[in-house]
Amino acid sequence: MFEKTTVAPGKAKHKRKSRYKPRGRQASTRATAEINQLFEGKSLQRDLLIENLHILQDEFGYLDTDHLAALAELMRLPLSEIYEVATFYHNFTVHESTQEAPRLTVKVCDSLSCALRGSAQLQHELSNAFDGQVKVTHGACMGRCNLAPIVRIENQYISQATIDASANAIKKRLSGHEHTGPEHDSLSLTDYLEKGGYRILKDLYARRTTPAKIIEELKESGHRGLGGAGFPHAMKINSVLSIDGPRLMAVNADESEPGTFKDRYYMNTNPHQFLEGMFIGAELVEAEEIYIFLRDEYPDTAQILKSALSDAEIAGLNNGRRVHLRRGAGAYICGEESAMLESIEGKRAYPRQKPPFPAHVGLFNRPTLINNVETLYWLPQILEKGADWYREGGRSDSQGMRTFSLSGQVKKPGVYRVPAGITAQELIDKYGGGMLEGHQFKAYLPGGASGGMLPAHMADIPLDFGTLEKYGCFIGSAAVIVLSDQDNLKDVCRNIMHFFEDESCGQCTPCRMGTTKALKLMQAEHWDQDLLTDLSDVMRDASICGLGQAAPNVLVSLMKFFPEELS
Amino acid sequence: MSETFSFTLNGAKIETDGQKSIWQIAKDEGETIPHLCYADRPGFRADGNCRACMVEIEGERVLAPSCMRKPSEGMVVHTKSERATKAQTMVLEMLVSDQPPRDDSPDPESHFWTIADQLNIKDSRLPPEERHHAKDASHPAMTVNLEACINCDLCVRACREVQSNDVIGMASRGANAKIVFDFDDLMGDSTCVACGECVQACPTGALLEKSWVAPSKIDRQVNSVCPFCGVGCQLTYNISNEKIVSVDGRNGPANEERLCVKGRFGFDYVHNPERLTKPLIRKEGISKSDIETLDPANPYTHFREASWEEALDTAAKGLLKVKEEKGPRGLAGFGSAKGSNEEAYLFQKLVRTGFGSNNVDHCTRLCHASSVAALLETVGSGAVSAPFNEAENSDVMIIIGANPAINHPVAATFFKNAAKNGAKLIIIDPRKQALSRYAAYHLQEKPGSDVALLNAIMNVIVEEGLADQDYISNHTEDFETLKAHLADYTPEKMETHTGVAPKDIRAVAQLFAKQKPE
Ligand SMILES: Cc1cc2nc3c(=O)[nH]c(=O)nc-3n(C[C@H](O)[C@H](O)[C@H](O)COP(=O)(O)O)c2cc1C
Ligand code: SF4
Ligand code: SF4
Ligand code: SF4
Ligand code: FES
Repeated sequence: MFEKTTVAPGKAKHKRKSRYKPRGRQASTRATAEINQLFEGKSLQRDLLIENLHILQDEFGYLDTDHLAALAELMRLPLSEIYEVATFYHNFTVHESTQEAPRLTVKVCDSLSCALRGSAQLQHELSNAFDGQVKVTHGACMGRCNLAPIVRIENQYISQATIDASANAIKKRLSGHEHTGPEHDSLSLTDYLEKGGYRILKDLYARRTTPAKIIEELKESGHRGLGGAGFPHAMKINSVLSIDGPRLMAVNADESEPGTFKDRYYMNTNPHQFLEGMFIGAELVEAEEIYIFLRDEYPDTAQILKSALSDAEIAGLNNGRRVHLRRGAGAYICGEESAMLESIEGKRAYPRQKPPFPAHVGLFNRPTLINNVETLYWLPQILEKGADWYREGGRSDSQGMRTFSLSGQVKKPGVYRVPAGITAQELIDKYGGGMLEGHQFKAYLPGGASGGMLPAHMADIPLDFGTLEKYGCFIGSAAVIVLSDQDNLKDVCRNIMHFFEDESCGQCTPCRMGTTKALKLMQAEHWDQDLLTDLSDVMRDASICGLGQAAPNVLVSLMKFFPEELS
Repeated sequence: MSETFSFTLNGAKIETDGQKSIWQIAKDEGETIPHLCYADRPGFRADGNCRACMVEIEGERVLAPSCMRKPSEGMVVHTKSERATKAQTMVLEMLVSDQPPRDDSPDPESHFWTIADQLNIKDSRLPPEERHHAKDASHPAMTVNLEACINCDLCVRACREVQSNDVIGMASRGANAKIVFDFDDLMGDSTCVACGECVQACPTGALLEKSWVAPSKIDRQVNSVCPFCGVGCQLTYNISNEKIVSVDGRNGPANEERLCVKGRFGFDYVHNPERLTKPLIRKEGISKSDIETLDPANPYTHFREASWEEALDTAAKGLLKVKEEKGPRGLAGFGSAKGSNEEAYLFQKLVRTGFGSNNVDHCTRLCHASSVAALLETVGSGAVSAPFNEAENSDVMIIIGANPAINHPVAATFFKNAAKNGAKLIIIDPRKQALSRYAAYHLQEKPGSDVALLNAIMNVIVEEGLADQDYISNHTEDFETLKAHLADYTPEKMETHTGVAPKDIRAVAQLFAKQKPE
């Protein structure tokens, strides 16, 4: 612009750095044009950042930094903000424009149920076989633990994966073959209606029954949240109602607790029963809009839900409520409800500090009803058959029914709907078909990676909310992983601590550093148990959220119930 | 005033209104609870991530961060119970295990090490982690040394929330979480505007001024006011060996401890060898125009030192000589905005009564005089009618003819804060500017068409009946003339002239006119 500025005498020799160049990274004109074209007509709302990153990655296979800079400009976001989000979620691959990008990303599940079936070896062999052209890495539990081990090739999942099957699938993808999802046999709207479905919801809409009556019935039934915490459902609804609207609803379909795959089962087989429950919940709290947060690892479920939702909307069953289906991007922590809200708002999934509780200050700061998929799935049935029917379904002191995801060293891993209060032994014998040939029952994890670990001789404890806490364990999402005499329990603990280290959001010191330090101490041949105990105490006491608080559970269980493993 | 209630802190009953955190209340009681990610400073929100400040609340399952938690009626809090102390200590132990040795640390006297001392932590039982953070010295004024970083997020809040410069982020997650500039770029290559807020906030020395010296080597601190722009930021100079080594923002009404690059780093001129510190008189036989060979660092080829008396005498004689030869009108005075109002007054007095000339002017003729004239004519007073901090209490802000992020960066931070908190910002400027990202509307009119644009905005306000009729009839004259004048300035007619779409002009006019002061 200006050739020369007037300079002070004696200063003329100093060359100034070009002054009129804008500071920092600027998107190239090519990237800007590509981004403008890709997002033409699409919403640029701040909360859609993660959705938009998906659009970008689906189009190009990875997130190119030049594109990201252009997207930041288009969405009017700071570079740092977009970079934070893009690098937080493990399913996004951020790639510096100047470097060559991998052609394909393959993830081998390394969470416990898959690890028990040799996924480490599988990952190693695949890495060797496709050195360079394919990025082979690990992934956390993919919610298909009954079919372990699992290999993910972008939107394709290989069950009971062998090296040959995986290698063939990878080669096919490399040669440009597109993957089409598996066909599921899910109950259609017509069939669901024929079986009397949506009756309760329609009655509620028409006020043939009242919200108050329904809430009372739910209270009577003893129905609890089934996402992990077991919070009484009616009480939560009333808590949301205690704050003036407008209110929102958020459905937790993140299902990432290792060993859990029940929500997927329900959504895939009978999506409308889940949707009916969801609409009942929304009507009870008069939620204006509904957000479903579905994990990225369930693309088939996304298709099923999309078409079920559109059928339901055409039939007017949503009562005018908008339903937003949001796609996760690979982060276990999104299952924690407040982290999920952050993620729906398009941010990193950092759990929020409580109080305030999300029932009162939730999504977009509005009072929000947050429920797990299965919690809602039960509603039509409980209301149809009555509180007594449900309550009396339980065993010993427990009320209701639970859906266990059973995996590990049993003959028939799978989803089993059983009375609350069942014991692990019965679950294994009666439903799991017993232990695998040649395996002896040694230990079990009652609640996925978070719920601690118990020895086989303690397999006669009723499994329910509140029954395991005195042993330092909990049932959580009812993901039972069965271990045998062939499993090294120290390795099991290392696997789980590694999972938490990998999935920690990193926000608070006790969890971010506690998981790392614990893992390091656990890698030793001889464990410093005093130090590990101190560390565990502080992780439990001082972490912000349930992840860090529960991370040491399995470790503490091992020290408490399996001293022989450590001697 | 809200109602008060009582709760128990370490056995003592305390009255409170529920607005303050447990940490603050403990501080009022004379106790400093360990804290790392909390800055007890204006503009910094508590984030509760480091967990060094954990306290035990009876009846609660887990400990609570005292920096965030507010007491409720009847709560019983222990800040030094065994559980609380264990957590506080372990948090420090974890962090210390990954720090460089204290003597090699960028700042061995940092807040972090002070808190470690408070908890009596010298080293850690925990195994250290290999950390690979190369030192980043790419920025001319600051050094980044993430080896010492504890991920407390204070620099992120400083850069993104306090200053709203939006450069720093916490990328990745878990153990990989890391402070980054933009896309993990070098600080010197990033969009950083060098306000230095992050450096002032960092408790570890991971971010430091290049000119930094250890606090124990600071001989004295001098409170002052920033010598650069008119925002009037208050600051403190840290002086070591009679040299200014660093600057801290001080809590003045205009800046609330914030500074910009000028106030923070623009102090080297004080010690510049080229700076005039004594009066000089041009040597005999050297002509005024002979400056080709003048080296400002060594002016003694052309000048000699003089006492103030001699220098003033010489200057006065020179002025008198001109007055004698050419009369009073041979002299003129031109004042500088670097002087205070009082100095400006004295200066014009000198020119008028001493020189006997009315040839006196001021550099603000170029920038401020036009607005003084306009304000005088329309509002009746040529002074600013509200301080810029009022942005905080505004629903709509219009910025026209200004680029505050460049010229008055600290004022700009308050505009950005207000916009982030929901105030609607309208920018009228042909160029894109740093604040554009925060703007609800940025009208980029063609250069020179601002009057037409403003008329078009007024046209909409009047035509759509959005004008405040009461105010007009009570406080203004001759409105009908204005109205008639505006009739021709429809947004549609002005479009080719201003280059601004009529729908944007209408939207801005409506947004602006529909907000009424309460
Ligand atoms: C680390 C962590 C992970 C969680 N993951 C899930 C999850 O994947 N799915 C889920 O429904 N709830 C999960 N939860 C529980 C939720 O925070 C929340 O309690 C639940 O969604 C509430 O719904 P509900 O009352 O219907 O169970 C998780 C909690 C924590 C602390
Ligand atoms: S406990 Fe772990 S996951 Fe939870 S907030 Fe802290 S760092 Fe994040
Ligand atoms: S100096 Fe200012 S603009 Fe630069 S990174 Fe630090 S806080 Fe941000
Ligand atoms: S650089 Fe400093 S302020 Fe920023 S997170 Fe690290 S320790 Fe905290
Ligand atoms: S000072 Fe309270 S959590 Fe960091």
